[in-house]
Formats: sequence, structure tokens, C-alpha cells
Amino acid sequence: MAQAFQKIYTKITAITKATCSLKADGVGNDELATVNGKLAQVVRIMGNEVTLQVFEGTEGIPTNAEVIFLGKAPSLKVSEQLAGRFFNAFGDPIDGGPAIEGEEVEIGGPSVNPVRRKQPSELIATGIAGIDLNNTLVSGQKIPFFADPDQPYNQVMANVALRAKADKIILGGMGLTNDDYLYFKNVFNNAGVLDRIVSFVNTTENPPVERLLIPDMALTAAEYFAVEKNQKVLVLLTDMTSYADALAIVSNRMDQIPSKDSMPGSLYSDLAKIYEKAVQFPAGGSITIIAVTTLSGGDITHAIPDNTGYITEGQLFLRRDSDVGKVIVDPFRSLSRLKQLVAGKKTREDHAQVMNAAVRLYADAANAKTKLENGFDLTNYDERALDFAKDYSKQLLAIDVNIDTTQMLDVAWSLFAEHFKPEEVNIKQELVEKYWQNKA
Amino acid sequence: MATKGKVKGIISNLVTVGVDGPVAQNEICYISLGEVKLMAEVLKVNGDNVFVQVFESTRGLKVGNEVEFTGHMLEVTLGPGMLSRNYDGLQNDLDKLTGVFLKRGEYNFPLDNEKLWDFKPLAQVGDKVEAASWLGEVEENFQPHKIMVPFVMEGTYTVKSVAAAGQYTIHDTIAVITDEDGADHEINMIQKWPVKKAILVHTDKPRPFRLLETGVRTIDTVNPIVEGGTGFIPGPFGTGKTVLQHAISKQADADIVIMAACGERANEVVEIFVEFPELEDPHTGRKLMERTIIIANTSNMPVASREASVYTAMTIAEYYHAMGLKVLLMADSTSRWAQALREMSNRMEELPGQDAFPMDLSAIIGAFYSRAGYVHLKNGATGSITFIGTVSPAGGNLKEPVTEGTKKAARCFYALEQNRADRKRYPAVNPIDSYSKYIEYPEFEEYISKIISPDWTQKVNEIKTLLQRGKEVQEQINILGDDGVPVDYHETFWKSEVVDFVILQQDAFDKIDAVCPLERQKYMLDLVIDICNHDYDFNNFLDVSDYFKRIINICKQMNYSEFHSESFKDYQNKLNELLAEKQIKK
Repeated sequence: MAQAFQKIYTKITAITKATCSLKADGVGNDELATVNGKLAQVVRIMGNEVTLQVFEGTEGIPTNAEVIFLGKAPSLKVSEQLAGRFFNAFGDPIDGGPAIEGEEVEIGGPSVNPVRRKQPSELIATGIAGIDLNNTLVSGQKIPFFADPDQPYNQVMANVALRAKADKIILGGMGLTNDDYLYFKNVFNNAGVLDRIVSFVNTTENPPVERLLIPDMALTAAEYFAVEKNQKVLVLLTDMTSYADALAIVSNRMDQIPSKDSMPGSLYSDLAKIYEKAVQFPAGGSITIIAVTTLSGGDITHAIPDNTGYITEGQLFLRRDSDVGKVIVDPFRSLSRLKQLVAGKKTREDHAQVMNAAVRLYADAANAKTKLENGFDLTNYDERALDFAKDYSKQLLAIDVNIDTTQMLDVAWSLFAEHFKPEEVNIKQELVEKYWQNKA
Repeated sequence: MATKGKVKGIISNLVTVGVDGPVAQNEICYISLGEVKLMAEVLKVNGDNVFVQVFESTRGLKVGNEVEFTGHMLEVTLGPGMLSRNYDGLQNDLDKLTGVFLKRGEYNFPLDNEKLWDFKPLAQVGDKVEAASWLGEVEENFQPHKIMVPFVMEGTYTVKSVAAAGQYTIHDTIAVITDEDGADHEINMIQKWPVKKAILVHTDKPRPFRLLETGVRTIDTVNPIVEGGTGFIPGPFGTGKTVLQHAISKQADADIVIMAACGERANEVVEIFVEFPELEDPHTGRKLMERTIIIANTSNMPVASREASVYTAMTIAEYYHAMGLKVLLMADSTSRWAQALREMSNRMEELPGQDAFPMDLSAIIGAFYSRAGYVHLKNGATGSITFIGTVSPAGGNLKEPVTEGTKKAARCFYALEQNRADRKRYPAVNPIDSYSKYIEYPEFEEYISKIISPDWTQKVNEIKTLLQRGKEVQEQINILGDDGVPVDYHETFWKSEVVDFVILQQDAFDKIDAVCPLERQKYMLDLVIDICNHDYDFNNFLDVSDYFKRIINICKQMNYSEFHSESFKDYQNKLNELLAEKQIKK
């Protein structure tokens, strides 16, 4: 692949697990190169000594390997042809189809000027009450699932993607198992929406460092559709923990001082650069990011979920509720920070108050449960709260619910009336008068 | 001649430059990359090698690129026309930038060159003046904006001439002053100041004592902040830091509000852009945006200018306080600023302190907070900068370096608590861990007894004790069970819940409840104290919770009603009836 004018270097001076160094002139920061055909990127320049990060790893690279500088940063060719295709981390097709023709765009491009952003205001309906009622999603939002590896987050995410009525769905898979990759492919295929999907996939079979390119690839494609075509784009990133782990590997091999949990000190900025690509553009296009951050043993104080939580606009937790035997969206720990932009505005006026009241009552049930477990007697109120919690969990929080928000509110009011007196729910009087469902 | 240099090495945004002349620590330079020039700041000098941090992405930068030094540190340009503007961390006017995306190396002038200002002279010919003396005044968004002798001018001067009242641009000479050697200096409305240096223009800096009303009960009533005071709000994500901060900036009784969005979410800044031009300042009835300056360096904007952004904001605050104005500065979040310091310290291979932060982190934070304060200016006027920063502690653990460093520097502490947030008790400020040191100041005590009532502090302490007691009792009930404790334990607990629900909790999204003026805070506190000071007649603990839940419900409806309106009075009457049912006459 060497071209006539390109200089070929053949003297590598240092090799580590992830990097190699050589003497070269006129090299730009962030520039791509190939080392014996393996793709690499410039990460450090000191005088004429250039250090390259080799994405596939440096196994088998000899000191006389051929190094060719490509004179450009990592880039992706963008056009309508992307739709329906599957790519690897370098943007090369992996579905056997032809290469993409289009404009070549550098990935990891500039940020949107904050004054040019529009405030997100369009509701994304998923039919799942644990999301729509309690943690309403808005276009232009960025929100992760915080989930243990054994939870069905990819299934929920696929459901959300299909119901969200997006013009394009872009899947960025990092460290995805081959089985999950095929799962997504099948679900999208069976739903007949493959022409709306673009996938960039790095499976567990690929070298981990390659993953670092996936989010930027996916978001560059997303920006093309959102900016050039004014489309509503939904980007699914799974799993961002694998991405952060890859960052840690690279930083470690570059001898950087680690901060909390062996993560690089720049983790916050690195993650923010990705998530902040979520935006509502003034011309109507939007990028919404739904990500997955897998936790280890539910620990959200670990540096990855912790930094993520400070960047994203909320988070969604899944939990198995043993009382009803279903996976629910945990109402306590889940949060959508943008929900007030649509709750009560794009939905019925009572949305916010009903949501808060239900969660408060659910919390009362949790207290009652603690009492029960500690062997104390329950009051009548406690008993009623517990009954309410079961119905609430089954009819609203479970991830298999699929109804619209007005129905969700009606269900909530009927549960209030079934289990409580109006003064126990602490809702504004005028709303109680309007919606309280009196049971004769 | 300006010093020049060439790029010798690049690691991310830390660039090594070989130079041919003198450079100063923190000097600003520009690196040429084709047509664009990238701004950078000197961080370290080692022989001919100068280490600079570039405020932008260094993609494509090559060894040998030309570097030009400017001879000055990072400066802001000060003058009328800053209010209502949206700047980035380096004071570029974001609205003047073209295109949806930010372009590298695009810098602009932060003020309006053409606008004519209505100038009124304040100084007279023959007056002795010095740095920060008021020469004249223009009206900026209905507030007096003083045109001062530039802060950089040392020594005393005599006013030779002052422009007559009339319309001038910022570039027109509005005064000529003569120094002690007889040389004349022309003064216009613009001056520059390096952001890392404090502007010191006061005669003295007494302890602050005047309450800064925020309309947030858990602050004003429970742990008040004062004009010229310092405070910080630490809290794990999702506990409502930003909502609380926005509430304060909307409602605070300040002349100028400066918001530094430092490494936080862009959509939160957009929220301010959208809301502030619409919302009214509850104190003047003008649009909030008219008194606000936004410094936006969101988390996806370059890290190095994130560090600069808080200094830019502070320097602008100091400029306005020298005019005798009440300035409120909010920074969200100072942890992101500390992280920016950490990233650079890391790249410079400095020996790290705790959690890989630089060793002098606590000193840097302390120095920054000390730039706030209530001051007497040389002409007898007073000015103040109240500074409230948020802290985003890693993992919600308050024993981390940024929180600990800030705790030493700030006098008010508003601890946001996960547990309260989980139970939707907003604002989730923990009433027992949080504190305001100002309550202990006798100056404050004297002031507050004049503007509210002499027994105010005593009442506030009463509810604090009750909250503490309520917490202890709740723990005992949890251990011993509902019927394992006397009924009056339940009564105490539920009285503390009344305080929590009626005083501490406040609905930031309800039009009426969001802002609670001081007069109303006094009314509600008196009401709650009266409820809590009575004994009640209960037979068993179930009655206690039922009864107090009804009380809380009515009091909450009062909070949602217009103060002294018909419905407010109705609820008051209902409450009185309910209280009469069970209260034991004293």
C-alpha cells in the first residue's frame, strides 16, 4: 500500500507491548502510520524521535519493520452508503460488501459551540414505564445503563432503539461478545430496519486497543447524518467499560501516573469528549447517545461509572425484583436529568407530581420491608405500601411493559386510589381533585 | 523584539518549544499551524526548552512549527459591554464565532467596538487619582458601570481633563491624567488584567456580615451565606448540585452574577442560555440575563482553557466589585478545574500528591477562594464577591483532595447527600453535616436581628437541635421497633419531619415554592416552631404519624400557594383547626 512519494522507514529503535519508536522527520501529532501493515498512531514526538501506538499490539514486529506515515489522522468516509453496513474499528467493511465511497472526514472532530446548541425538547417514547414515566428520555440526551454484566441491558437497549423512531441507529460495539453482536444483527434484521442501522463493531476477538476508535467512528457517522441530513440519530455504545479499560491499558504502557482505580487522570475528559457529542442541532438533526457501563458488583463509586455519572444526563439501573420475579428499572437510582424538559410539557400536566409521589411511596415500602426483615410489626400503612410496591413494580417498573405515558399515569392514579388516601400521596390538591379515581 | 521559538516535541497538548530569547513563566505564545495560530501558556522553563500547554487540540502539529511569544500573561479585556455575554474560558465571545462547530485558533475581541455609551464624568480636573479611581460612569444594562483608572497604573496621578457627558465608544479617550513626572496618559473605557493575579483595590477587607438572600430556605434560614462570603456544594452526581446552583444564581440578591460552567455538561449551559433571557430577576423585575455573564468551558472544550476559565470569571468579578457592586460568582465545578491541573501535572511528570493531584492543590484552591470577599474601596464605597463553587467528589467520597482542600478554604458547606436525593428530599442538603461559619459571627448576629428579628438565630438553632434529635430518635426506633419506644419519641421524630418537609424541602420546579423571600421564610419558621413547641395528645404511635402527615400535607400546600393569598389563608385555617384537635393547651 506504499505510494510512490511516501518515505519508508525501516529502523525501529524501541518496542513495548503497545508502542514502538523510531526516528523520523516532518511527522504530525495524531498522524496515522502503518507498521508492517498494522495501523498505528503518533502519540508522542520528541525532536526526531516519534512514538507510535500500534492498535493491534506489537506482537511480532521486528526492528526492521516497514513504517509508512499516512499524513492524516484517523478518518472515515461518509455518505448515505453507510446505512445498513457493518464495519470494524478502522471503518473497513466486515460484512463482505464493497468499500464506502464518500467524503473522507477526520474522526474525533471539533465540539459544537454551546451557544449554537438547541435545548433538547423532544420526548423519546420507549413504552417502558420505568423509563418514560420515571426517567423520560429526550432527543439530544446522553444516558448510560449502569448494569451488572449478567443483566439484559443489550436486550433493553435494542428494544429502546427499535421503538425510539430514530432515522438512524448507530451501534458502536466495544468488546462485544460475538453472540451479542449476532443478537443485535438478528434483532435489527428481523425488525426489518437494517437499512437504518450502521454498526461499528469490535468484538472480544479483536485487539482491545482498537476499541478506542469505535466511539469516534460511530459519532463521526452520526454527525454526518445529523448535520448533513438533519436526521434524528440514536447512537448505542456498548460497553463503555471496555473502552475505559482500553484507555487504562494504553496509559499504563505509556508510563503515565494512574489516578483512582488505575484509570488515567484524563478519564473524565476522555469520556466527556465522546458523550458531549450528543446534541440537538439548530437545523433539526440530533444525536442521542444511549450507552452501557457495566459495573463490577454494582459498585458505582468505581472511577468509570463515577466519571460517567458526572458527564451523562442521568443513568438507568436495572434490577431483578424478587417480589414480582421481573427485571425492573430501579426507580431510586435511575435518573434522567432532562425529564423536566418534557414531563408535563409533552406529557400530561400531572406527570412530574405522579412520578415523585409514586417513587416516594415505593420508598416507604422499602422502609417497611426493612422493618419486616428486622422482625418488627408492620402498621396498616406499611402493609398497604408493600402491596402498592408489588403492583407498581409489576404494572409499571418491569421492562416488559409497553404502554404510552398517559396510560402509565392512569395506571399510577389507579394504584394510588387502590392503596392510599389522597392525603397520603402528597400531591397538589388541584391535581388530586382532577385525577383521583374514586372507587365506590 | 518578541521572543520566537520552534516546536521540539509534542505529547498531547503539552508542547516543548526551543526559544531564542527571554520568556516568562505563564507567558502566552501562539504556535503557527498552517494558517491558524494556537494559543498556549508557558508552564515550565528548562534551559532553552520551554514547556507550554496549548489551549486547543494539537492534532497535526509538527516539530519545527513556528512559535511567537507575546510578552504578557493570560489577560482579560475589561470594559462596559460584558454583561449578558457568553464567553469561553479565554473570554472569546461565543456568539461572535461563526458555524455550529468550534474552530481551532479562532479568537475574537470580547467587547463591542462600535457601541456608543452614555458617559457621565465623575472625576473633576485637578482630582488626585490612582488605580481603580472612578473617572466616570456609563449605564450598562441599567446598572452604573464605572470607568476606572486602569488597575495596572501605579502611583498617583492628577486629572488633566475629563470628557464631557455624551456618547462615546470604548476606544474614545474619556480622560487624560498626568503622572508625577508630568507625563500625560490617555484613558479610554478598556483595560486589561492578567487573570492569575488578584485585583487589589481596597483599603480593607472586613469580615463579611450582610446576608445574601437566595430564596432557598435551607440556605437562608438554616445555613446562610453572606455578601462577600464563600461556600461550596459537594455532592455525588444526581444529588441536585446543578439545580441548586441554578436556583441560587436565579434568585440571589446580587447586582452581577457570573457563572463559570467549568468542565460540565453543555446542555446545562444551554438551559441557562434559554431560560435566563426569559426569567425575571425577583429583586428588580428585569430579565436575569441582563445581570449575568456566562463563562462556558464545557467538558468537551479544551482542558487547558478549563483551568483558565475560573480565573477569567474571577477577574471579571473583581473588575465589577471595584465599582462598588455586589457580585455573585458561581463555579460548576471546581473539581473539573482540579482535574485539568492534574492532567497537566501528569504530563509534566511532576511527582504526584494524593489521587495523582498536584501537591500544591490545596494551596491553589485556598488562594482562589481568598479572592472573594467584602471590601471597603478607597472612595468609601463597598463591593463584594460572593463565591460559591460546586465540588464533584469522586465516588461521592468527601475525603478526597478537592473536597478537603475546599473545606479548608470555604466558610459555608452545603453537603448534598445521596440518601436524601434517593428519597427525593430536595434540595438534598444534609441539614446536620452542613454548616455556615457566618452564623457564629457577632457582626452577622447583630445584622440579622435588625433585618429579621432578635430571636432569629435562637429559633434557627432550635430547629437544628430538633433535626438532630429527630435523627437520633429515628435510629432508636429502627433498633427498638415502633412499639419498643415511648409514644413521645414518635412525636419528636415527626416534629423533625415537619421541619424537614416544610422548611428544608423546596420544589425548585414550582413557580411559587422555588423562591421563598425572607419575610415568608420568617413566617414559615415561626409557624413550624409553634407547631413543634406544643405538646400533643396521642394514645399510640400510629396516630402520631397519621396526624403529622396531615399537618405536613397542609403546610406543603401553603408552600405551593401565593403568600397571603386566599388559598394560603384557607390552608392556614385548616391547619389551625387540625392543630386544635390534638394540641395540649400550655
